[in-house]
Amino acid sequence: MATETLNAKPELSARLKQRYAAERRFRAYGLAAILLAIAVLLVLLVSIVRQGTPAFFQTYILVDVYLDPSVIDPRGEADPTVLARADYQGLIKRTLYDRFPDVTDRREKRALVGLVSSGAYRPVRERVLADPSLIGSTQSMWLVASDDIDTFNKGQISRETVEADRRVKDNEISWFDAIAAEGRTDLKFNVAFFSTGDSREPELAGIWGAVVGSFLTLIVTLAVSFPLGVMAAAYLEEFAPKNRWTDLIEVNINNLAAVPSIVFGLLGLAVFLNFFGLPRSAPLVGGLVLALMTLPTIIIATRAALKAVPPSIREAALGIGASELQVVTHHVLPLAMPGILTGTIIGMAQALGETAPLLMIGMVAFIVDVPTLVTDPATVLPVQIYIWADSPERAFVAKTSAAIMVLLGFLITMNAIAVLLRKRFERRW
Amino acid sequence: MNSFVLILAVLALGAFGFWIGRARARVLAKGAHLSSLHSLPSYHGTYVALWCCVPAFLLIAGWTAFEPAIVEFIVIGSLPAAAELSASQLSLLIADISNLASGNIVSREVDSTLAAAAEHYVSLQALSHAALVVLSLGLAICGLYFARKALSQTFRARNRVEQIARIAMMVASTIAILTTVGIVLSLIFETIRFFDKVSITEFLFGLNWSPQTALRAEQVGSSGAFGAVPIFAGTFLITILAMTIAVPIGLFSAIYMSEYAGPKFRATAKPVLEMLAGIPTVVYGFFAALTVAPFFRNTGEAVGLTVSSESALAAGMVMGIMIIPFISSLSDDVMNAVPQTLRDGSYALGATKSETIKQVILPAALPGIVGAVLLAVSRAIGETMIVVMAAGLAANLTLNPLEAVTTVTVQIVTLLVGDQEFDSAKTLAAFALGLVLFTITLSLNMVAQRVVKKYREKYD
Repeated sequence: MATETLNAKPELSARLKQRYAAERRFRAYGLAAILLAIAVLLVLLVSIVRQGTPAFFQTYILVDVYLDPSVIDPRGEADPTVLARADYQGLIKRTLYDRFPDVTDRREKRALVGLVSSGAYRPVRERVLADPSLIGSTQSMWLVASDDIDTFNKGQISRETVEADRRVKDNEISWFDAIAAEGRTDLKFNVAFFSTGDSREPELAGIWGAVVGSFLTLIVTLAVSFPLGVMAAAYLEEFAPKNRWTDLIEVNINNLAAVPSIVFGLLGLAVFLNFFGLPRSAPLVGGLVLALMTLPTIIIATRAALKAVPPSIREAALGIGASELQVVTHHVLPLAMPGILTGTIIGMAQALGETAPLLMIGMVAFIVDVPTLVTDPATVLPVQIYIWADSPERAFVAKTSAAIMVLLGFLITMNAIAVLLRKRFERRW
Repeated sequence: MNSFVLILAVLALGAFGFWIGRARARVLAKGAHLSSLHSLPSYHGTYVALWCCVPAFLLIAGWTAFEPAIVEFIVIGSLPAAAELSASQLSLLIADISNLASGNIVSREVDSTLAAAAEHYVSLQALSHAALVVLSLGLAICGLYFARKALSQTFRARNRVEQIARIAMMVASTIAILTTVGIVLSLIFETIRFFDKVSITEFLFGLNWSPQTALRAEQVGSSGAFGAVPIFAGTFLITILAMTIAVPIGLFSAIYMSEYAGPKFRATAKPVLEMLAGIPTVVYGFFAALTVAPFFRNTGEAVGLTVSSESALAAGMVMGIMIIPFISSLSDDVMNAVPQTLRDGSYALGATKSETIKQVILPAALPGIVGAVLLAVSRAIGETMIVVMAAGLAANLTLNPLEAVTTVTVQIVTLLVGDQEFDSAKTLAAFALGLVLFTITLSLNMVAQRVVKKYREKYD
């Protein structure tokens, strides 16, 4: 009987084959699941980068603007308030009409003017205000093209489409081609995107306002949640007696970490705005709400870091006469600091990407000005993304993707810093 | 003097207090060795600085929190006509007075009483602010003076300072409880006010949701219906869709990661999967609305199905993708916690790896996995941005994933974004929905945590 091997029993060897096949299938499912998740991540990132890259460039048109004294400064006093209010867009219009004299129809004229952005006059005005002596001369200036012309120039609107279905009509294309043939159009890096606030016009909209808003909000979040979180964690880990009260605190911290973010927004609306009467849309309130949200993250990370410091350190410090508080502030906290900072940066990265609670407290308002104080109305990067994603203009799709790229850039940087910090300073005892 | 300067002034006084406290301690040591003091001079300094700053800051915080309400109360009290106004008219009047006072646009004609009230408001504000400056600086100086007076050679400054620090830490640790209490109270109060206007049975069991209430009493056709069942059904549908994506993919990823993958594969694949969790939800929302939803609609058209452009399918699938790393990393942890002896025992009986996983490891890890899934469900229910951007607004009672449905979070956002008065049933409905959301997610978390904890104790 001992000589009877598996091979001798055909039904057994067939089953073995089956079992091995099942084994391979099971393994393949696992690998497929991971690869699928990674593939989706890649699709997401690639689609964002593909849609967003064009937004970093902007079409400009070179226009010779005659700075007519009778329009800009009719009384010749060079009074800045008069200069600031003059109709520069009218001057640009006039130049375009002169360039294409055969355009007479009113509707066509309007389309012609629509080649440049309705905010194209701003650099002209700035230039005149900076140097009033230019009045009366003709200046060549690169002006921002309108969003439709810009998308057309980037090839996102095809010439082959039927005219009725095309945002840019045949006559606009012919004018643009005529200007382009003279070398008077250019695709330049879009500096304004990184230096201006929001705008209703996609070609003028920038993310600087949102970046500053995010920065102010995070400053408030950090200023509130870091000291509170570290103090709470140090108390729970080093001082607190183990009783019902501290148990309750721990249960609460764990639960708060899993409460939907939008509920924090409701809390902010009911308590900070309606009860305390703090200003709406302000980074101050946004920062406070996000601080309450990140507090559990920071507390949990800090406690883990404190736990990792060996008791021998504490005993040594106590042995040479340090008080309990001195043990913690002089020895345990500094040793745990890399871990605490890592957790804090990760918490800040979460706060930076958070949108929903900020919608509740009015940070979704349309705000053109770049904020300077924590009480100014402001918006933050993710909310800006949400606002732009909601806008109907086609050019905002690219802007939204570009803003997402900027946001992801910040998040990757923060997480990279956290990883580096951990690698560089982590100590195994 | 604005409040920022005031805070700076108090801080400056505190710094001065630290300096004189320390100097005083050195004088007390009389040039002899510092060990003649009970505490180091810096503790004396800190003691004085704390007594200088802390009471003043508490006063400033309390004052700024309650000043607006008190000033409003006095102004309204001085208006003879205000007594007959309803609550909403009163709040409009207050808004007008404060707008007029700060030079903003006012919603009504400015008559002499309103102008007088605004003037009264401005003068009261100025008075209150001046009083705050005097009182807080006075308090700071008093604190500084008395604390400095208390210093002596035997003064136990360190113990006092440490006591204050301990109290501060204790207060910091109760913030978590205060936050929970704040959430519960604010949700419950508004919800009670909501149920004054709409009956609780209609809210929980009504099948019709259209929260447009009449702005004027005589307006027709917009009485508002607050039956939340379609919203709950929509939330349920999207959550189910998300889970059908996330649970198998997440679980299989976790199985491969913990049982099959070599350390090298693990080291690269794990961070990549975690990147999925780090992407902000607004990005997923954009992806769902702009890439996934049109893709489903076009595919549906190609095979002859009508797929809504805000279909539950798109939102649910993208949400599922977002949740994959959540499930995979939690299940990975619990599977790693299954003792190696169980695996070895199974291999010794001749089981293949997959048989071991299916018949030994998964059953052993099941409580932890269930906990992970419950946490993921709570996450999916509370997720906001993906559904706000990719799911519909209209409440639609259906279980067809190709149609547009709406969720609790979408409704909260749409009800509260935009300007409306705070007392209308529409705004209050958002808080009632918030309370439902909070209760459901909280109970899911509680159950999940209990399950996970119980399981951990078994193998530790």
